[in-house]
Amino acid sequence: MTLLEARGVSYAYPGVPDSSGPGKAMAVRGVSLEVEAASMTAVIGANGSGKSTLIRMLAGLLRPFSGEVLLHGKPLEHWQPRLRAREIAYMPQATATAFPFPVMDIVLSGRSPHIPRFRFERAEDYAIALDALEAAGAAQLAGRIVTGLSAGERQMVVLARALAQQPRLLLLDEPSSALDLKHRAALMRTLARLREARGLSIVMITHDLQLTGSLFDRILALREGEVAALGRPDEVLRSDLLAEIYGEPNVRARRMGAQTLVWIEA
Amino acid sequence: MSATSEAGTLVTRASAAPPRRARLAVTLAILTVVLVASFFAALFIGRQRLDLAAVFSDPFARALFFRLRLPRVLMGLLIGGSLSLVGAALQALFRNPLADPFTLGVSGGGLLGASIALALGWSARLLGTPLVFLAAFAGAMVAVFLVRAIARTGAVLLPGALLLSGVVVNLVSAAAVLTIQYLADPDSALRILRWMIGSLDVVGLAPVGQMFLVLAPAWIALLAFSRQLHLLAIDEDTAATLGVNVGRCETAVYLLSALIVGVAVAMGGAIGFVGLIVPHAVRLLFGEDLRIVLPGSLLLGATFLVLADALARSALASGELPVGAITGLLGGPAFLWLLRRRRQYAVM
Repeated sequence: MTLLEARGVSYAYPGVPDSSGPGKAMAVRGVSLEVEAASMTAVIGANGSGKSTLIRMLAGLLRPFSGEVLLHGKPLEHWQPRLRAREIAYMPQATATAFPFPVMDIVLSGRSPHIPRFRFERAEDYAIALDALEAAGAAQLAGRIVTGLSAGERQMVVLARALAQQPRLLLLDEPSSALDLKHRAALMRTLARLREARGLSIVMITHDLQLTGSLFDRILALREGEVAALGRPDEVLRSDLLAEIYGEPNVRARRMGAQTLVWIEA
Repeated sequence: MSATSEAGTLVTRASAAPPRRARLAVTLAILTVVLVASFFAALFIGRQRLDLAAVFSDPFARALFFRLRLPRVLMGLLIGGSLSLVGAALQALFRNPLADPFTLGVSGGGLLGASIALALGWSARLLGTPLVFLAAFAGAMVAVFLVRAIARTGAVLLPGALLLSGVVVNLVSAAAVLTIQYLADPDSALRILRWMIGSLDVVGLAPVGQMFLVLAPAWIALLAFSRQLHLLAIDEDTAATLGVNVGRCETAVYLLSALIVGVAVAMGGAIGFVGLIVPHAVRLLFGEDLRIVLPGSLLLGATFLVLADALARSALASGELPVGAITGLLGGPAFLWLLRRRRQYAVM
């Protein structure tokens, strides 16, 4: 069953001139992607290849220049924002919170699409928020203030917020960039478990190719805003393809059982 | 083992934590009691001492009480609450702890609008509303959108740019007001000067009643956005993906803020820093939840200005200080303190 579908979406940021020719520079150009229920898709590509722009369009934060994004077959912009928020959760690359919010306030904010207007969180919302915090590996942060956390700790809290939203689709923009090895592993275990238990679908931007090889069903590789490759990890994680995607001739990939080993040859 | 027991204590702590609704109720109850007490205290503080018996027996005292003292205290209540509520809302909207109607230039814009109306002798009314009000609202509106246009480059809201553009709007507006004042007749010039400092002189209850009729619905409308502002204060993209219609919410908060500040400025002038200090006090006392901070700021702001004005009325042995002088003297250092504390915030 298709949960979310992008049909030939393109986006150009206003005011960014195109070096290659007249008109606007397209950050994303004609990308199509179908996200099935309980699937895990990794989005990879070089810096500036349009990964975040694409995921922001999938989240409904940017409206495609052309093409459209359908959620359960209905265009994203026709969804009521609150109902859409029960289906899709989005974790941005960075959250700049200017106020010293308690961690629990941030996590509880994920419950707001489920709470009627002018109502406060119920006891079960607190329980769900605590579960989410634990699932994100951040139970010990429950009593802390968010502005006093490290970048990695903040990522765990923001992930907990997205989990507390109890969506069907989780859009993650480099959720593990500031995580240590242990928490990176915990993140991947949590995502795999939620997919098994709740049928959660995940689309995740990552530079961690090692992770993508073992856990994801599919990899979408972007190059200059266009689809460079879309397929199973063993199809995409190939030396020649990766060299082209990243413009790095010395990248090597080798399949080892269920894993793919990726390294740079000196 | 330790992990499970830790999780166990967490669960108990969460269920023992008072629900937000109870915290809101306690906050509002405390602040209402403080406001009522301050209100009655302020009624009997001033250069002319008043006691309750005299108000009933002495016609002079009664006139003083009902024509001057009561309206002035009520106006302090309305304006103090208004500026603080808008300050809390703007801080959340811009995710900037230093934002308030004064620092963003909204008061300055309103002041300029009101001054132009006054210099042109617009004592006329439009649909029962004095044109000075409309001009102040228009001026505040222009300032809000100017500040936003300058500060918003692409999708990134630069906190520093926001305050700098507020400073520029204030300077330009002050220069224009001074020019108008210079060219205007002495009577208008004096009224404009009073506005520039900010003062709560008012005669009779009628103007206060009119103010309340405009402000109360605008307060309620702005308070209705508490949850959206709470989510916006955390992060704009997060708010958008949590179901907040960011564009609509922003527009509504801008319009309501300009309306409320326009009315407050038309009546009381540019009383500075109230909207900056009060929301931070509420945060420190009652937590960061905007659903509590917004109504809390309304109540504590009313209390703050009522007390500041009582101080202004009784500080000098002869004559009275404009209340804007008091809030400025208190607010300036508070602003600097927040600026230092800003290093702790995770922004930029």
